[in-house]
Amino acid sequence: MAKKNNEAWKEKYKGSGLRDADFSSISGRPLQPLYTWEDLAGSDPETGLGWPGDYPYTRGVHPSMYRGKLWTMRQFAGMGTPDQTNERYRFLLDKGQTGLSVAFDNPTLYGLDSDHPLAVGEVGKTGVAVDTLADMERLFAGIPLDRVSTSMTINAPAAWIFAMFLANAEKHGVGFDKLRGTLQNDILKEYIAQKEWIFPPEPHLRLITDLMAFCAEKVPQWNTISISGYHIREAGSTAAQELAFTLADGFCYVEHALAAGLDIEDFAPRLSFFFNSHLDFFEEIAKMRAARRIWARAMRDKYQAKNPRSWLCRFHVQTAGCSLTAQQPEINIVRTALEALAGVLGGCQSLHTNSMDEALALPSEKAVEIALRTQQIIAFESGAANVIDPLGGSYYLEKLTNDLEEEAERYFRKIDELGGVVKAIELGFFQREITRAAYEYQLALSRRKKFHVGVNEFTNPGQELEIPLLEIDESVERDHIAWLRRTKAGRDNGAVRDGLSALKTAAASGRNLMPPLLECARRYATLGEISDALTAVFGKYREQPFY
Amino acid sequence: MAERKIKVIIAKPGLDGHDRGAKVVARALVEAGMEVVYLGLQQTPDAIVRAAVEEDADVIGLSILSGAHMANFRKVRELMESSGLGDRLLTGGGIIPTKDQDELKEMGVGKVFGPGDDLQEIVEYIRANARRVPG
Repeated sequence: MAKKNNEAWKEKYKGSGLRDADFSSISGRPLQPLYTWEDLAGSDPETGLGWPGDYPYTRGVHPSMYRGKLWTMRQFAGMGTPDQTNERYRFLLDKGQTGLSVAFDNPTLYGLDSDHPLAVGEVGKTGVAVDTLADMERLFAGIPLDRVSTSMTINAPAAWIFAMFLANAEKHGVGFDKLRGTLQNDILKEYIAQKEWIFPPEPHLRLITDLMAFCAEKVPQWNTISISGYHIREAGSTAAQELAFTLADGFCYVEHALAAGLDIEDFAPRLSFFFNSHLDFFEEIAKMRAARRIWARAMRDKYQAKNPRSWLCRFHVQTAGCSLTAQQPEINIVRTALEALAGVLGGCQSLHTNSMDEALALPSEKAVEIALRTQQIIAFESGAANVIDPLGGSYYLEKLTNDLEEEAERYFRKIDELGGVVKAIELGFFQREITRAAYEYQLALSRRKKFHVGVNEFTNPGQELEIPLLEIDESVERDHIAWLRRTKAGRDNGAVRDGLSALKTAAASGRNLMPPLLECARRYATLGEISDALTAVFGKYREQPFY
Repeated sequence: MAERKIKVIIAKPGLDGHDRGAKVVARALVEAGMEVVYLGLQQTPDAIVRAAVEEDADVIGLSILSGAHMANFRKVRELMESSGLGDRLLTGGGIIPTKDQDELKEMGVGKVFGPGDDLQEIVEYIRANARRVPG
């Protein structure tokens, strides 16, 4: 009977005349006009979906989801000097933000001091400049570190930026066991997409394992890594690539920690993830649900973790920066609202909403307030937080979730064939896959098969920009370098030299590097001095450019 | 008379890791029949111009999204002049505010492209403005 109706509908569909349009997803995924129970034949809701807070967590990591606790509203922010950024944090907390998220400038992300020759013109431009503990003190001045959780987007020098953060907490008498937050600390996606590294992969992976071991003992509430698909997607990947490459990176970290002798139950509960929420609403929600299921299955069955907390894929979401347009920037508010809603329906634990002006500059205060208000509208007005996994059971969404999981599995097999994640990076596999996807999307825009409102359709030629933009004054660089020189002049330089030399010895020996890094941070060693000490032992990485 | 393929150096100066645009444009230029040498990330103006001299490039394209465009375009243009590449096209793209574009033009930088600009437009611009060498 059902079959017959289906056939009858297909006939009517074919005869009804269709728009001349591309009906594939933004990732180029072919889509059916309609999904029905037949697309889910063979899927068992009990094993495939389970219950919220239960294996395989497709429907969410908590039994009560947003009825218990809303997601953390966490706007990524950083610009200019530590004082300017501190002022922005206080503004955001005052407007109802519930967690902090630090954006560092480019020199800091590469482990360089503000006075390094490569830092010219970059200090404080795309984030805050942090050179020493003295900057960390100013950055968090007056912010209760035991009450506000802090996320730090830092990767290559994550271990020594974290050491400065810990040294600052120590100075304020806040115990390490009280600190809550996340370090991005995900170097694999740097080689794959974001390109901010210092050393070759192996020493970076060792630093990550050292940090996991240190935190398991001393900073138990800290998320030691945020395994990130965000940047992979921003570099142009498809949704399936983002899902697969991110989880493959996660497996690689697990295998490294196990090989270093760590107990899976000690570190796995502190692994966290970070996904993009792009414009294709349903595909994004499906991706996030699939991520939870794949991770839980692998952690339980492949890596044999016994504690359910080790199975959880908890994640942060940021709306897609690459979906924003410089043209008609005000309409980015609407894009961000849709993407943020997808993140919430996908069950995120924390969320950043981009500001309308971010295709042009760092966000102005006005723009960032609207972005935060967007989350508050979703949380308190839309009703989306009232019911757990409200789209669960949709034929389309469940089929997409299944399909994305299968695509990810195919990528995992391919990566294994290539010899694992590090080998695949060296071969340029991820880089080429992503560039191909980015190029195909750009061609689709160019050929008007895909549309970006205000860019290749519904344009306003000659329209002048009507919103104010934030500018970082050139004096920031000068002032910050002068401050760095004063800090260096005021410290005990003998103690710094001893600290750095102990660090080198530890690096060469294979001992955990966190204790000597913390000691260097306490003595006001600079970011660049620590990078140089470690580079002397570990060497530098150079990428072969693939496109 | 047949002409040599237009040869384009594409590079990312400074500390900016955003290479999506640079790579997409590199691919589009290759598809359009040009020869592209993509130098990759963290390139200094010196290294970029040296590569352009060695390759006898017709065009240099810089991709900068970090806000450090003024210093980098200026330095590359100066080095091009002093290295005998004054007649070659310097162009590029990234997040470059309109108000900076006039100043770039005065320094002798060609058109700079931004988010949303069409690939075909970039190809046409380079084709129309690159130095032509008999093959």
